[in-house]
Amino acid sequence: MEDRQRKIQVTNLKKSFGKLEVLKDISMDVYEGEVVVLLGPSGSGKSTLLRCLNQLETATDGKIIVDGYDVTDKHTDINKVRENIGMVFQHFNLFNHLNVLDNMTLAPVHLKLMTKDQAKRTAMQLLERVGLRDKASAYPSQLSGGQKQRVAIARALEMKPDILLFDEPTSALDPEMVGEVLAVMKELAAEGMTMVVVTHEIGFAREVADRVIFMEAGYIVEEGTPEEVLSNPKEPRTIDFLSKVL
Amino acid sequence: MSFIVQTYGTMLLKALGQTLLLTLLSLVFAMIIGMIFGLMNVGKSRLFNFIGTIYVDAVRGVPLIVLAYFIYFGVPTGMKALGAADFRLTALQAGTIALSMNCGAYMAEIIRAGIESVDRGQMEAGRSLGLSYGATMALIVVPQAIRTMIPSIINQFIITLKDTSILSVIGFPELTNTGKTIMGNTFKSLETWAIIGIMYMVVIVTLSKVAKQVERRVNRGR
Repeated sequence: MEDRQRKIQVTNLKKSFGKLEVLKDISMDVYEGEVVVLLGPSGSGKSTLLRCLNQLETATDGKIIVDGYDVTDKHTDINKVRENIGMVFQHFNLFNHLNVLDNMTLAPVHLKLMTKDQAKRTAMQLLERVGLRDKASAYPSQLSGGQKQRVAIARALEMKPDILLFDEPTSALDPEMVGEVLAVMKELAAEGMTMVVVTHEIGFAREVADRVIFMEAGYIVEEGTPEEVLSNPKEPRTIDFLSKVL
Repeated sequence: MSFIVQTYGTMLLKALGQTLLLTLLSLVFAMIIGMIFGLMNVGKSRLFNFIGTIYVDAVRGVPLIVLAYFIYFGVPTGMKALGAADFRLTALQAGTIALSMNCGAYMAEIIRAGIESVDRGQMEAGRSLGLSYGATMALIVVPQAIRTMIPSIINQFIITLKDTSILSVIGFPELTNTGKTIMGNTFKSLETWAIIGIMYMVVIVTLSKVAKQVERRVNRGR
């Protein structure tokens, strides 16, 4: 693992909202091609940690280096860094006034990363991949939750990111739609995408994660392979949490 | 009544034209003012929030008629005191400024509310794709906000049209002021004000019907 390129390096990250200290002292690394799953009870700070990685939340203290850029440095062009970090949200956040194709092509065309034609072609290929080729001209309101989330993933992929962040991607879905989204994520993992995933899907973590990080109350309590953390947890708090969700 | 229509018909139509001119000019400037201060109030900058709030509160806190007097009579006097002796404002200029400022403050609130009604996730999604704050606002948030803003903007449009009558006090020859003139000449107050009232009503009802159509069309694409 050590000879692989380090994609994300978090050192002593702290994040407070007013007086509430959500992240107390977080250090972690993510290597190229690795799938890291963040687990923990709600309020443990896992979503906040994820959102700090692309600076949707600004860190209160500590250092985050992504793709070689110090994103906690005010002089870093955060927009440039974000082009390479895709994010998938719990509530999809598709642009409601645009159809699927425009949702996907808006950013790369506006940022002049692709021509309109290139963007469209790439978008159609990606839609094919997530099984939604026939939905290219549909509006988000015409899609099911699972379809929306697959479009959201395709939209993130359209930017050709090095890293994908997933913030509880299946939590807002009806149970029968969880599978189709997880299938796309598994495929991405198999292709070597670097992924950081906040999820409650223990099964996904067990099957796909290279590493599981268990968080509670703003700290990393335990981390290791899914085998270590999920099957043989050492920390009492991890054991307690797993006994409740499994 | 037919006597008034026959004698003063062209004058009344011209006055209606002036009313509409004043309304349209004011609306255009009010949109610009509203956009600027509305966006100031939405952003994270404390300084901009402060400026935006001051503007909205100050203008909304002053009756339009006082604002009109202040701009038409007060400002030129002040300019004279500052040494610009030949500074003058026509009634149209002063009226447009007063109405734009007034309507702009309300527009700013409409625009702020419209933008705040768009889910925060839309901004986050845009930013996470590498788009700047401005680009996300312009391409993603504002287009969605406009849909919710349309009914309020139309409402404000109608209020502004009616408010032009207040500017009769600075002698601008719009519909109400012309009504005063006609009444002074003919002493037929019932007929005169009935005609003036109907003219306003016809224009406003027509506009709101058109507006309803526009609203329906915009909502269809949702």
